[in-house]
Amino acid sequence: MTELPTNTQKKLGLVIDLDICVGCHACVTACKGWNTENYGAPLSDIDAYGEDPSGTFLNRVHSYEVQPSDGGCSQTIHFPKSCLHCEDAPCVTVCPTGASYKRAEDGIVLVNEDACMGCGLCAWACPYGAREMDMAAGVMKKCTLCVDRIYNENLPEVDRVPACVRTCPSGARHFGDLGDPDSAVSQLVADRGGMDLMPEQGTRPVNKYLPPRPKDRPAEAPLAALADVKATGIAGWLDRLLEKL
Amino acid sequence: MHPAPSVIVFTVLSGLGFGFLAYLGLGLAAPVGATAFWVWALGYAFAVAGLMASTLHLQNPRNAWRAFSQWRSSWLSREGWAAVITLVVLAPVALTAIFLRFPSATFGLPGAALALATVYCTSMIYTQLRTVPRWNLWITPVMFLGFALTGGAILAGLKWPAIVLCLALAAVLAASFVLGDRRLAESGSTLESATGLGRIGKVRLYEGPHTGTNYLMREMIHVVGRRHAQKLRVIAVVFAALLPALVLLIAPGGSLWAIALAVVLHLTGAFAARWLFFAEAEHVVGLYYGAR
Repeated sequence: MTELPTNTQKKLGLVIDLDICVGCHACVTACKGWNTENYGAPLSDIDAYGEDPSGTFLNRVHSYEVQPSDGGCSQTIHFPKSCLHCEDAPCVTVCPTGASYKRAEDGIVLVNEDACMGCGLCAWACPYGAREMDMAAGVMKKCTLCVDRIYNENLPEVDRVPACVRTCPSGARHFGDLGDPDSAVSQLVADRGGMDLMPEQGTRPVNKYLPPRPKDRPAEAPLAALADVKATGIAGWLDRLLEKL
Repeated sequence: MHPAPSVIVFTVLSGLGFGFLAYLGLGLAAPVGATAFWVWALGYAFAVAGLMASTLHLQNPRNAWRAFSQWRSSWLSREGWAAVITLVVLAPVALTAIFLRFPSATFGLPGAALALATVYCTSMIYTQLRTVPRWNLWITPVMFLGFALTGGAILAGLKWPAIVLCLALAAVLAASFVLGDRRLAESGSTLESATGLGRIGKVRLYEGPHTGTNYLMREMIHVVGRRHAQKLRVIAVVFAALLPALVLLIAPGGSLWAIALAVVLHLTGAFAARWLFFAEAEHVVGLYYGAR
């Protein structure tokens, strides 16, 4: 049913640390790999080695430059973006076929590919660009929060997290229950001032982003004294002479 | 937004068809016998052709029948139901007018109301999207209903109502352009709110996530049409509203040729307006790509 559950027992989601992400795209690759071999239709590439390659990805990393409003050097911030598993997910309620749904038990937003007619309206309804139509399979693809890993008892316990989280080499991605205020991810969000993307869209995202920490800024240029050289001898005389001209 | 031909044909033709069927249901154009057959057939043809076109953009049409299942939450599902119920409810009205020469007024009222409800549901598929601020506005349903009522009145040969509705449609279109142009700014969505980095300062896309294109960019970021937006706006208003009004004003009353000409002009303008409706609409996901 594409009516949203009034409440979910858990709010599983990701916390992404923009202070730590180095923009290596390992999460993008791990996501594509896992989700091509497992849940649902594979994530296809069209014209992969040709003139105009394009493909389906559930996670993409943008890079932004931010010019601080109080001066100083600009900052480069790498910005991974995937489904935020919103509490008020507009992609679910617009779905006419019932293919899109939000699970009452853990809050994961999923697509039942057997029921999807590929109209694309859910992708239009998502402000974050989290849903992409797979042009080979003709069904809508989106982040499943690796639902086939996190509950999978055939995997070692350390691997029972989304592929993007497991692979991140810098520790910028965290997975957990954001509905439990005592969970590690909730603590992280509270400590670091985790934020919602486009709160004005009213989607109430579960995933949170940790803002980059303020950069250190030296009070004044430490090398300025070295540049103020007092010349002596002939050079000093010339210096004083030229100053007077 | 990408102006997909199937969706433009769907909204324009089914809008015209259901608008016309509303007048037939109300008995405002009340033909009987053989004439009634052709008139009702025309209304059904426009409505059904539009609905058929809407299935052409589906990537997986074998699941299209499931679109009737989610009427409680989805406007697209409601639109499907409203369309089918309208066509079924109006069928006996049409059949009695054709075979029993029974005038359709009052008896056709529920069908007429349902026809307009169908057009309203179509408009709400777009109006509901907060992600496309230009559409997320009260004037979008007014514009869709305006097209349906105007096109229907022209087809029904109602001279003075059609002329008045043409002028009203011109005003609604002009208002939708003015109001739409400031919607993205009003929505409050910026690259700063999209990334949450506005608290630091001004944000700029430094490097995209990939070198090529993708489904999102093809579907949501359409910039080609905006270059000629001003010209197309004039074409839309002139063809959809002003020229049909002029033709109906100077042509002798009840002239089928005048009606045909007015309909062709109106449809030309309607297609231009609907193409612009999609091509001009900015989706907030474009912000992430440093575009709009």
